Amino acid sequence: MKRMAIENKLALNVFHTEDNDPHIEIDKEYANEEEIRKVVLACPAECYKYIDGKVTFSHLGCLECGTCRVLSHGKLVKSWNHPFGSVGVLYRQG
Amino acid sequence: MGEDKFDVIIVGGGLAGLTAGIVLAEQGLEVLLIERGDYCGSKNVTGGRLYGHSLEKVIPGFAEEAPIERVIKKERISLMTEDTSVDIGITSKKFSTEPENTSYSVLRAKFDRWLEGKAEEAGVMLVQGIRVDHVLTDEDGKVIGIDAAEEEMYADCVILADGVNSLLAQELGMKKELEPDQVAVGAKEVIKLGEEVINERFGVQSGEGVAWMAAGDPTAGGFGGGFLYTNKDSVSIGVVATLSDIGYSDISVPNLVDRFKEHPAIAPLLEGGETEEYAAHLVSEDGIYMVPELYRDGVLVVGDAAGLVVNLGFTVRGMDFAIESGRLAAETILKAHEMRDYSAKMLSAYEKALEDSFVFRDMRAYKGFPALTANRMIYKNLPETADEIVTKLFTVDGKQDPDLVSFLLQSLLGMASPAQLLGLAGTALESL
Repeated sequence: MKRMAIENKLALNVFHTEDNDPHIEIDKEYANEEEIRKVVLACPAECYKYIDGKVTFSHLGCLECGTCRVLSHGKLVKSWNHPFGSVGVLYRQG
Repeated sequence: MGEDKFDVIIVGGGLAGLTAGIVLAEQGLEVLLIERGDYCGSKNVTGGRLYGHSLEKVIPGFAEEAPIERVIKKERISLMTEDTSVDIGITSKKFSTEPENTSYSVLRAKFDRWLEGKAEEAGVMLVQGIRVDHVLTDEDGKVIGIDAAEEEMYADCVILADGVNSLLAQELGMKKELEPDQVAVGAKEVIKLGEEVINERFGVQSGEGVAWMAAGDPTAGGFGGGFLYTNKDSVSIGVVATLSDIGYSDISVPNLVDRFKEHPAIAPLLEGGETEEYAAHLVSEDGIYMVPELYRDGVLVVGDAAGLVVNLGFTVRGMDFAIESGRLAAETILKAHEMRDYSAKMLSAYEKALEDSFVFRDMRAYKGFPALTANRMIYKNLPETADEIVTKLFTVDGKQDPDLVSFLLQSLLGMASPAQLLGLAGTALESL
């Protein structure tokens, strides 16, 4: 099988997106590189990106696993909640 | 619903919550189950394999009607380096001979949705697509209901079945924040191959399947492993990586999944497959040490929310524990309902029941495994040494040194110092 970009893998899933409910908030000024590196490596959906010394986060494609919360709660991750009811990923296989 | 009061409100429609609901509703209690996804299973992920024994007690013969994928008849474990896979496997007619010792590959979005139907039949009132935001308590701290989307609902007892990220048990102070060395992230793809292709490539008959665990290269030496389960016409393949060890290599979790799929022992099996879905979920890994407070006045915690998972590397169990905990929580509440007493004292019977069941018996028996499996030797040195030895044994090129005994000794001593080996053996013995 050919390698697929993460965007293409995530595009196979069903998501009910809600732009007004980021459900995860990050501290954009957070600067501990080692900590950021771990979260970037760990997020299975690559929602975190670290480019030019800046960390960015997009909740689109989030699989709601909680990895970033456990790794960096109170550090890079300011707040974490499940999305609103019915919002977010909807597994058909699981 | 306003001021309506239920006997029991269950938060979360996974296996634990649904099982509890079925047992309670069958005895005539008024049960409300609230699931945040559009249907039960829509937020749930397994590797995965369900050991059937605990659901047999609730729905005897369930596999005849439930959407199970395949009955597991073959087990394989592998130590992998980048180029090699040293495997131990067993194909046996002794596996899955009767419902109680049978295990099944399952896909949760399908399986839980089926169980949701059973709950509905039993009389559970189901509300889907609503997130429970808070647990309501009275002035004495007794749990009296929940707050969901700014609507308050009340019950004599609340069951928290809200999964590994149980924010509600944390809010109540029953559960501590999870630590990175207590959980792993699992990421998996479901890859469609077709039933016949799976039968041929894995050497199984229709309806029968393989469970395969691998250590070493799947996590690039990090704590964790790779897994593959055959479904009816697809395979579930992925990687589990302990959070505290992420960053050991520079490879991201999604790339670990890609690498595993490309491993020489795996790639030919997936050729021509089409990925259908990509999923991720946290897995509890710290066994009995991460079990939170299980009961307080008016509330019980079950399943993944209660950290009920045992990962031994070669078997991973959580779903059979979840089902049993849901059943035992329901049995406890049935007694409490009879006595009209939902105090912590009354509900403590739940913990006692877990203690007397296989759940805590097995979790205590394997309590040393988290310490044993947090050892670099298992993920790095062991696969490398296995490769070195086995490759040597099977290589014939007219150049080999025939002194196998000294080669074996050298390889073993090269893997680790005698003190390290003794240390690992010691931890292994303690863990048993």
